[in-house]
Order: sequence, then structure tokens, then C-alpha cells
Amino acid sequence: MVIIESTELNHLLEGLISRGYLLVGPTVRSGAIVYDEIRSAEDLPRGVGDEQLPARYSLRRRDDAMFFGYGVGPVSWKKFLYPPRLTMFRATKAGKGFTITPGETEPRPRTAFVGVRPCELNGIIMQDKVFLGGPYVDGAYKKARDNAFIVAVNCTESGANCFCASMGTGPGVTKGFDIALTEVLQGKRHYFTAEAGTSLGKEVLGALSTREATDPEAKAGLDAVARAGTSQVKRMDVRDLPQLLNDNFENPRWDDVAKRCLACTNCTMVCPTCFCSTVEDSTDLTGTHAERTRKWDSCFTMDFTKVAGGNIRPSTRARYRQWLTHKLSNWMNQFGTLGCVGCGRCITWCPSGIDLTAEVDAIRGNGVHA
Amino acid sequence: MTHETMNAPAAPREGVRLHPVTVKKVIWETDDTFTLQIDLGALGNTFNFLPGQFNMLYVFGLGEAAISISSDASQTGTLAHTIHRVGTVTSGLAQVKRGDVIGLRGPFGAGWPITAARGKDVCIVAGGIGLAPLRPVMYAMLRERTAFERIILLYGARSPLDILYRVELEEWAKEHNVEVLVTVDRGDSSWKGYIGVVTTLFSYIKLDARATVGYVCGPETMMKYTIDEMGRRGLAEDQIYLSMERNMKCAVGFCGHCQYGPEFICKDGPVFALPRIRHLLDRKEL
Amino acid sequence: MQTENLTDILRQHPFLAGLSEDHMQVLVGCASNVRFAEGAPLIHEGEIANKFYLVRAGRIALETDVNARGKIRIQTVGPGDVLGWSWLISPFRWHFNALAVADVRAVALDGECLRKKCEDDHDFGYEMLSRFSRVMERRLEATRVQLLDLYTTSPGARV
Ligand SMILES: Cc1cc2nc3c(=O)[nH]c(=O)nc-3n(C[C@H](O)[C@H](O)[C@H](O)COP(=O)(O)OP(=O)(O)OC[C@H]3O[C@@H](n4cnc5c(N)ncnc54)[C@H](O)[C@@H]3O)c2cc1C
Ligand code: SF4
Ligand code: SF4
Ligand code: FES
Repeated sequence: MVIIESTELNHLLEGLISRGYLLVGPTVRSGAIVYDEIRSAEDLPRGVGDEQLPARYSLRRRDDAMFFGYGVGPVSWKKFLYPPRLTMFRATKAGKGFTITPGETEPRPRTAFVGVRPCELNGIIMQDKVFLGGPYVDGAYKKARDNAFIVAVNCTESGANCFCASMGTGPGVTKGFDIALTEVLQGKRHYFTAEAGTSLGKEVLGALSTREATDPEAKAGLDAVARAGTSQVKRMDVRDLPQLLNDNFENPRWDDVAKRCLACTNCTMVCPTCFCSTVEDSTDLTGTHAERTRKWDSCFTMDFTKVAGGNIRPSTRARYRQWLTHKLSNWMNQFGTLGCVGCGRCITWCPSGIDLTAEVDAIRGNGVHA
Repeated sequence: MTHETMNAPAAPREGVRLHPVTVKKVIWETDDTFTLQIDLGALGNTFNFLPGQFNMLYVFGLGEAAISISSDASQTGTLAHTIHRVGTVTSGLAQVKRGDVIGLRGPFGAGWPITAARGKDVCIVAGGIGLAPLRPVMYAMLRERTAFERIILLYGARSPLDILYRVELEEWAKEHNVEVLVTVDRGDSSWKGYIGVVTTLFSYIKLDARATVGYVCGPETMMKYTIDEMGRRGLAEDQIYLSMERNMKCAVGFCGHCQYGPEFICKDGPVFALPRIRHLLDRKEL
Repeated sequence: MQTENLTDILRQHPFLAGLSEDHMQVLVGCASNVRFAEGAPLIHEGEIANKFYLVRAGRIALETDVNARGKIRIQTVGPGDVLGWSWLISPFRWHFNALAVADVRAVALDGECLRKKCEDDHDFGYEMLSRFSRVMERRLEATRVQLLDLYTTSPGARV
């Protein structure tokens, strides 16, 4: 573990730029933390904090100069690996037939993700299983993923909607990063402890003028991360969760939540693990050029389960149930883990403030137990 | 092993490219159902499928639909799809003429486990367009007729005019020792065959329950009644297979649309051994 | 001789599986062997229902009048099936037509005779009723599914 002084954070970013990486990191956009292109540490929202509650999000000025003193914003990293819109192919009429050309031809820039939170990194690992782990591989995802360099940042504070500690996905990272940073601010002393997770990460760190962390320096970082975990107020009781939801397919709570749920799809859009998509086929006015676009979709939309002759899940009750049961039960069968990383986004960005941990508690309270 | 293994390619592959293929022939089976005979062209050299697998068929600029392959898997260079015109894409496919080009990607999914039926009686129950994905099973079994004992085909259609593959049904019965029983929901005075739901046909056959494998494909409600009836006649659940349908966008496990509880119908199915999905069948709006 | 034959035939019919010897004897007293050639009518809608049939071979189509459009065939019954329960239920009238669509062999049971025996012997009456109610239940379920008009939609569609 090495030390990067807060004043030298930019060296790390410059090092990545000089290796040809485009940098993406937290910025402030329309009153929210949004991941976007950055050019230096100057662009980071230093001294900005956030407040998150069910259906509430706001930024505030911190009374310190932390670089990473806020939680996750509405847009997760999935936007860069699995874009909200993607042209899959273009087709052009030629005689009786047509020719097909791939949609994405430009090479994707190598991108460094700066400030990936532990929950989000686990979200990426979960999507890796979806898009890379089965019999088929999503080519665009693979390209973007292969080109990504991950600078993770451990959390030293928890927001009111965070429950990563329950999900085992934070507040510290354990795997999947190239470099992991912990920001420590004690009085005037402001530094990062840095750890490499890959040989490339090691190389990048090695090129900087760093020194080994002393024990107290390292411990200060570890303690801060541990405190973020123990101070977390929101919890998800995950005991036998897949079984619980499977056994409670007909729980009255689904009717209750259906009265509050607007089926607006926000929760699925902000969720770092949700992976559903739909396709749109279209032609130009002349009818000679066609293309297919893939777009994020949500199990809350009306057409999601449309089949000729009907809709499988017409009710909001059934759609909310699909969402929660997929995340916290079926995901386990499909991918060997739960599908929620406890980032709390779906709670913050739900216009009705529906809190999935409360829904699980309610079902546990009145439900069928194996 | 309950599933044929071809659905899991050894090396991970990309979401499968769309191939332009030429329609050689269009056969109208009924007023609203037609078969497209497709020339695979260069794709033919590498294209192999299992009975029960499906392709995604693309109409230029209009969209894609999941359609089972309805032809003989031993034929190379060509295949057929039998399509019921129900909406946008299937109506687009219905406009296709000989020589036109459509897009095709596949094959996808798990097929019918024909090897599981060797040496046994086979009872196939199909409803409506559900006969299409079972026709390749018939071809496969008839090619090795002696490897199977009795072959029973119970088929339900809406009316006598909606019966698919009429000529073949007669040929299977006459020349290949297949017990073919066809019933319709309503008949006119020229129809001398059975009338009633497909499950009523079970009264007219004797099943050796311990040595019979059941393959079922049709509307979900019909499949539920059929497996109940098979259960009443003593067929073990692990001897019954059924093919499921849900909305499909990708066919490769990415888009999430086809989820059926923990299953992805596109890659875990569409053909399932009954015990695997038994507990899901009665769940409404799953 | 004739009666003995008939008892054997009745014993083989699934509808009467497991019927006691006593009840079988009661029943056989009301039974007779019948045949209908293809095309022959068995039942006329609206007429008095004084029989039911245990079908042994062939096929019978049930028809109903659909006003101006003429008749449609709504169901067939075949070997092992029972045809008709209107003899059991007041006002004892048929509400459909039935005709043989393939040469039929069946055992006809006289309704009046049976009704009398049911009244004389309540055990026998109960036996008949419970067998018929099972048949009726299955038939109603099948009719319900049939009315769903399943095949007009695609395979997975729920109704
Ligand atoms: C494994 C499998 C095998 C099948 N095999 C056959 C077969 O052999 N033969 C056959 O005839 N059928 C088969 N089907 C059914 C066939 O796929 C559907 O009937 C077909 O997709 C209907 O498409 P359509 O566009 O004609 O119908 P529509 O009713 O226009 O649309 C139904 C489908 O289109 C989509 N859709 C329609 N409108 C919208 C909208 N506004 N937004 C988003 N999506 C929309 C939905 O995805 C839905 O699946 C099979 C289905 C599956 C899953
Ligand atoms: S379900 Fe909610 S808390 Fe869980 S990962 Fe998705 S957005 Fe985060
Ligand atoms: S919760 Fe819904 S949108 Fe998210 S991955 Fe599951 S099915 Fe898709
Ligand atoms: S069709 Fe897309 S996941 Fe099955």
C-alpha cells in the first residue's frame, strides 16, 4: 500500500492520460453527481457532499475539501459499458436482398473510470456475468470492458440509503479494481492510500513518486472504511432471501406496494445491475436503409412481456414483484449471487420513495416462511 | 441429462450475427399460417440445429420474431419455418415472396431430448401452431422408426381448415405406423373427425405410462390441461417435456424479456423437462 | 345368453369400471345393444331424453343449431365415452342433436327404466349420479377450454 498526497492526486490522472486513457469521473451536472469526462483532479467536485433519503437527493457544500465526499449519483457506470442506446447494425437494400454492416465501427477509446465505488464495482462484476459469463458474449460490452481501467474509491462515509454492508459489497473493495484508493482527511493531513489490484495498476502506481504507507496511515484509512460500514443505518436482512421471495409469490404486500409504485422505471434505469434491453427497428424515408437500435428497457414497462394475444404481466403488482424477485431471488439461480449491491439508488430516485429493504422486511414480517 | 446439449456452445460466442437468407418457396398451410422454405446459401455449410430449436427471423426494417424450425434437421442447406400471422412481424413475413431475402439468426435454445425417448413410446401433444416445433421431432423419429416403439400424435386445431400439414399427418399414419388423432374445436358437417379439446383424445388411446415419453407444445392453458391429463394417466413428470413461449428480443440471455421465474426461456428452454418448471406453471403473471 | 353378453360388454366399458355385481345386474336390465350406420341420427334437439349411450366403437358428433348459419359440430364422443345425461335431469329433454359420423356400436340404457331403479335403490342411484357428475365435470372443463379459442393466439399467450 502506497501513499498519494492529496496534492498529487493529479499525477495519477496525468499518468493515465499519458497512457492514452480518456478519464471519466464524478462531476456536478444539474445539481447531481454525474460521471462524465474529466481532464484533471481540478474537475472533481471537491468539497461537495450529498444528502440522500427516499425520494430525496440534494447536493450540499461540505465544510472540508474531500475529493470524494459524496455518495453515488443517479447515473451508474453501466452507461459506459452498456450504453443506453446502441446501434446494433445497419442494413441497406441491394437488389432483392440487403447487406448488413455492424453498427459500432469506431474503436472505443480506452477509458479510465475514476472514483468507482465498491458497490458499483460489484455491479460491474454482476453485469460481467450477464454479458460475458454465459454461452454468448456481448461484443460491445466486452470491448468496452476490456478497454476500461478502474480506479476504485473506498467509501469512508455512508449515505442514509446505503446498505452495501448488508449485501457484502462494500464499503471497501476486495476485487475487480486496477487501483483502489482510500481518501483520508484528518485535520490538515489529507492523503490517499493506494493499492494495485492488477499488474497494470501496479505499473501505473509504480510510475508515480509514491512511498509505502506507514502503519498508522494505512490504519487510518482502514478504520475510516470500517466506520462507514458500522455506521450504516439501512440494512437488508438477506437470510434465506431467495427462498423467502420464492415462497411469497402471493403475499398481500405486493398489492400494497402496487398502490405506491408508479411503474415509472426509474429504479431499473438507475440500478447498476439491471441489464434489460429492447430493440427498435426502423427504416429511413426511402426505405432503403434500416437499422436496429438497442435501448435500455425495464420490466416495469407495458410492452415488456407482450406476446401476440396478450400481456403476461399487466398489473403493477406483478411487475414490482418481478423486479424485486429477480434482484433478490431469481438472480441467485441465474448468476450465483443476489442481484442487488445495496447502492440505494432505487430508493433515492423512486418518486414514491419505495424502499426495497422495507418491502423485504414487510414480507418477512407477514409472509410464508420455509 | 434432460436437455440436449447443443444449446451451450463450447466457446462463448457473440450475440450471433444476422444473415440474409433467400426464401425459396412460400407454402400457405391455412388461411393465416404459412411455411417459408429457406435457402441458407453459404450459411448452410455450418448451420445445424436440433428439433425444437428456433431462429430469430428479421423483416427488413420491421423487426424480428422468434420462430421455431419446422423442417427436417437432417437436410442441409435449407430449412423451413411455419408461421402464424398474428401481428407486425409475422404479417411482414407473410408478405414475403419467392426469391425475397429475410434476415435470420440462430439456432437458439434447447431442443426436444429425442435420445431420451429411444426404445420407448412417444406421445406428442400439439395445439395449433405448436405442431411446427414438433414436426422436426417426427422427421427425426421416422428416420429411425424402429428405434422407437409406439408414436402417438394428438393434435388439436381450431377448425378443420386450420389443420397444419394435413398430407403429412395422413402419410405418417398410413405409412409410418404413427397413431395420429386430430381434433378440432368446431367442425362443420363435412368434418367426420374428433371434435373437442385435445385432452379428450386421451380417452381413445391406451398409454403404457411407464414406458412413454411426452412432448407437449401449444397454448399454455392447453399444455396445463395436457400435463394434468398425462399425470392422471400415470406418466411420470420427468418423462414430460414442454416448449414455452415468452416475449423475446435477443434470444441469447441478454435482454431479460423472456424470464420465466429463474429461467431464461431463450437459453434455458424453450423446451423444458416438466419438473424444472412445474412449480411455475400455476403462477399467474409470472 | 343375450344378457350374459351384455354384462360382459358393460363390464369392459370404462364408465362402469369397478361397478358392483349387484348394480351391474340392475343396470343390465335396462340395457340393449345398438348400432348406427354412418350418418344416422341418434338424438334430436328438443325431444324427450329417455336414453343414454355407452359408446363402444365409432364416433358420434354433437351438433347445435346456430340460427341462420345452420349447424356446427361442437363435440364428438367415441369409444369409452358416455353420450347424454339429459335423461337424469328434469325436464328430460335433449339440448343438442347427435349423429353417427362413423359406424357406431353402443349400449343404450333406457332412461325411464333407470330412473325407476334409481328411485327404488338409492345406493344404485347414488352410484349412477356420482359417475355422471364426474363425466359432466370433465366435459364442462373441456368445453370451457374449448370456448377459450386458444389456437387463434400464439402458443404462450394466456387467456
Ligand atoms: C421459442 C419460440 C418459438 C416460436 N415459434 C413459433 C413458430 O414456429 N411459429 C409461429 O408462428 N410463432 C412462433 N412463436 C411466436 C412468435 O414469436 C410470435 O407470434 C411473434 O413474435 C409475433 O410477432 P408479431 O410482431 O407478428 O406480433 P405482434 O403482436 O405485433 O407483436 C408481438 C411481439 O412483438 C413485440 N411488440 C409488439 N408491439 C410492441 C411494442 N409496442 N413495444 C415493444 N414490443 C412490441 C413484442 O415483442 C411481442 O413479442 C414462437 C415464439 C417463441 C418464443
Ligand atoms: S436494486 Fe437498488 S440498491 Fe440494489 S443495486 Fe439496484 S439500485 Fe442499488
Ligand atoms: S429487475 Fe427487471 S429490469 Fe432489472 S434486470 Fe431484472 S427484469 Fe431486468
Ligand atoms: S430473449 Fe433476451 S434474454 Fe431471453
